[in-house]
Order: sequence, then structure tokens, then C-alpha cells
Amino acid sequence: MSSVLQARGLGKRYGRRWALSDCTLSIPAGCVAGLVGPNGAGKTTLLHLAAGLLKATVGTIEVLGESVRGRPEQLARVGFVAQETPIYPTLSVADHLRFGAKLNPSWDDALAQDRIAGLGLERRQRAGQLSGGQRAQLALTLAVAKRPELLLLDEPVASLDPLARREFLRGLMEIAADREVSVVLSSHLVGDLERVCDYLIVLAASRVQLAGRVDDLLATHRRLIGPRRDASALPDGQQVIEASHTDRQSTLLVRTEEPIRDPGWIVEQVSVEDLVLAYMDQAAGAGRERGRLEAVRR
Amino acid sequence: MIEFHLDARSGVSPYQQLVQQVRQALRLGLLREGDQLPTVKDVVGRLAINPNTVLKAYRELEHAGLVAARPGVGTFVTKTLSDSSLAAHAPLRRELESWLRKARRAGLDEESIDALFRDTFRSITLEGVA
Repeated sequence: MSSVLQARGLGKRYGRRWALSDCTLSIPAGCVAGLVGPNGAGKTTLLHLAAGLLKATVGTIEVLGESVRGRPEQLARVGFVAQETPIYPTLSVADHLRFGAKLNPSWDDALAQDRIAGLGLERRQRAGQLSGGQRAQLALTLAVAKRPELLLLDEPVASLDPLARREFLRGLMEIAADREVSVVLSSHLVGDLERVCDYLIVLAASRVQLAGRVDDLLATHRRLIGPRRDASALPDGQQVIEASHTDRQSTLLVRTEEPIRDPGWIVEQVSVEDLVLAYMDQAAGAGRERGRLEAVRR
Repeated sequence: MIEFHLDARSGVSPYQQLVQQVRQALRLGLLREGDQLPTVKDVVGRLAINPNTVLKAYRELEHAGLVAARPGVGTFVTKTLSDSSLAAHAPLRRELESWLRKARRAGLDEESIDALFRDTFRSITLEGVA
């Protein structure tokens, strides 16, 4: 299987507002894919469409090679942890595991018990009394113990303190190291994604702005610094993502498959954070531009 | 067994940092032939990084002939980088320490020492090439 999640022209509209539009994506199997973007960019909508919790307005979405229709056999192959780390506050940790075992035919109880023991969680404790980090770990344990082939996590670490966040990501990476599960997680914490993801999707203004393997993206983007010049004077094949100018100097972030040969530029590598911010900024700029044009037309 | 660490602000990619740390450990004799490297799962569980980052680093070390993967067992050191030169480390370190003290007394700060070292290293290396 080459792709765990494939979307073509996917869109979701709420009333008159498109939460996600024209989304075409193919996330390869075996990756930890990071879905980044500002709040309201459509990250949650995309994950809910993939988990079968929402129906698309237009386009198609396939998960694990099968169109998403909410079939139980398909849902059993997907683990989903919603943003609010869904647990039942009055039930104990052990109750959660019992429920998991009852509801999931492929439940791996040894794995669940191991993780709970490894995390030092008290089995009799009520889930409502757990810390935020422990709640997140419990929700992850429930999702993982059903032995899914695809794990979808919506902002799993957003509400956690730095230590709990690191603990959570350690556990998640151990799960990913077993190679039997692909992961898609959304986050707006770019620093975390830089470490844990090998595939990146930037979603902004309800559209996919950038998607690809992190290694490829880093290899095809460069920052150019040099004497001021017009971005349109660049050779074909160098696409300007971000440009800023002073009266003497230009700083550009370009996408290019070719090496930069012009000796006039100082060429620097970019980080994942640079990329994410540049593409988000470009999307915001396009939004402002559209707004301006509409204002002129009125 | 060695333990990896990552410097997020070094500007060096995580996979290269892992490669460098193994090479460094080999050079300093902290890793010797036959030693096992931490498993991928151990490394990602400690550093919270993507498993492919570790695999990539181990593959590069394998290509360089420094380690070999034994399927189902782990990755083991097959070659050492220190060999006979290790014995020379201690006296060289003492000389370097006395040189550094001299440089400090002459009023050089860290940055100037670093710049002077790199510049001298570069010109000596070029001499070797010419």
C-alpha cells in the first residue's frame, strides 16, 4: 500500500463558509505526517473527514485504500484521538481499558496494560482526576491498543505543558518505531513537528499550501540574500515564496529544484519553521489581496 | 552503549547530529568494535524524534563501513576510528590546554580563539593539499 490517506478535490462547506476547499493530498504509508496551520485553517475538518465523522461536500477521500463511508471494518483500522482528549471523567483507568477491549475486536490488551504500567497510571484512579498529560496518554493508549493501521491525532499536545508534551511525543515515536502504524497529527507547535514528522502538510486559508516529505522540502527551498533586485528577474524554476526588501538588500525564500548558481546571492538552508511560516504568510497575503480586490470592485 | 542528545539550535539536522555523535564516540574510544548502538525504539523514546531520522543516520554509518545491522538483533560497531592515535590524545590535549591558557593571557576571547584556530587549521590543511 502506497498511500494511507488520499484526497482529491476534497471540500467541506458549513453554510456559506468553506472550512476546507480543493484539497488534494496523498500521504505515504509509514510516515509521521504533520498537519500545520493557523486556527480555523481546516485541520480538524480534514481529520474528521478522514475519520468518517464528517461527510465531504465535494471531492473524495480514501483512507487505507478505501473510500471513507464509516464502515465498521474500516473504522477498526483507524485510531482517532479528538482534540478534547475524549475520556470519561467518572470512569477509572481500568474501566477505560475494559471498554476498549469490549468495543474493539482487534484490542491488544497486553499492549494497553504495558503502556498504562509504563506510564505509572493508577488503574483504579478516575480519569477525571488525571493530569492533562496523563489524560492525553490514556486517550493515546486507547487509540493504539485497537492496533490501527492509521492513527489520526487532532492537536494532541496543544494543551500540555512542555514536559508532558515531550513525554507524549516520546511514547508516540516509540509506537511509530514499530512501523506498523502511520500517523497523521495536527499541531500549531512547529518546533515539535520538526522533530517528530517526516512528512509535512501546511494548511492555511482552508487550502493545502504545501505538502511533501520533509527531506525533499528542505532540499528544494533556499533563502537568498543579496543586493536589492526584483524577484521577477530570477531564472525560471525559482519560485519566490517570500520576499522582503530594504533599499539596498533583498531577502527571498525560493523553491527550486536546481542549485543556485548566481554568485550574487548568499545561499542559506531553511528550517521547517521557516517554511511553515513563509507558506502561511503567503496564504495570508493572498487572502488580504483578495480582500483588497473585492473592496475595489465594490 | 552511548546516549544521544540533540541541540535544537545548532542548525545541524538531527540525523547529522546522530552521525556526528557516533563518529565522535568512535574517535574518543567511547565506542569500540562489537559495541551495540541504541535501538531505534530506544533513541526515539528518549529524544522524541522521528524513527526515520535514526534509521537514516544508521544507514549512513553503515555506508561508511562503521557499523553493521544484524536483522532482529541491532546495530553494531564494526570499525573503530581511534586506533593508534588514541594514545596521542592525552599529551596533545595538555599542549592544547597550555596554548589556550596562553591565548587567554594574551587577551583573546572565545570568538577570537575560535577564529584563529579555524583559520590556522584551514591554511595548514591547504598546505597539506598543495
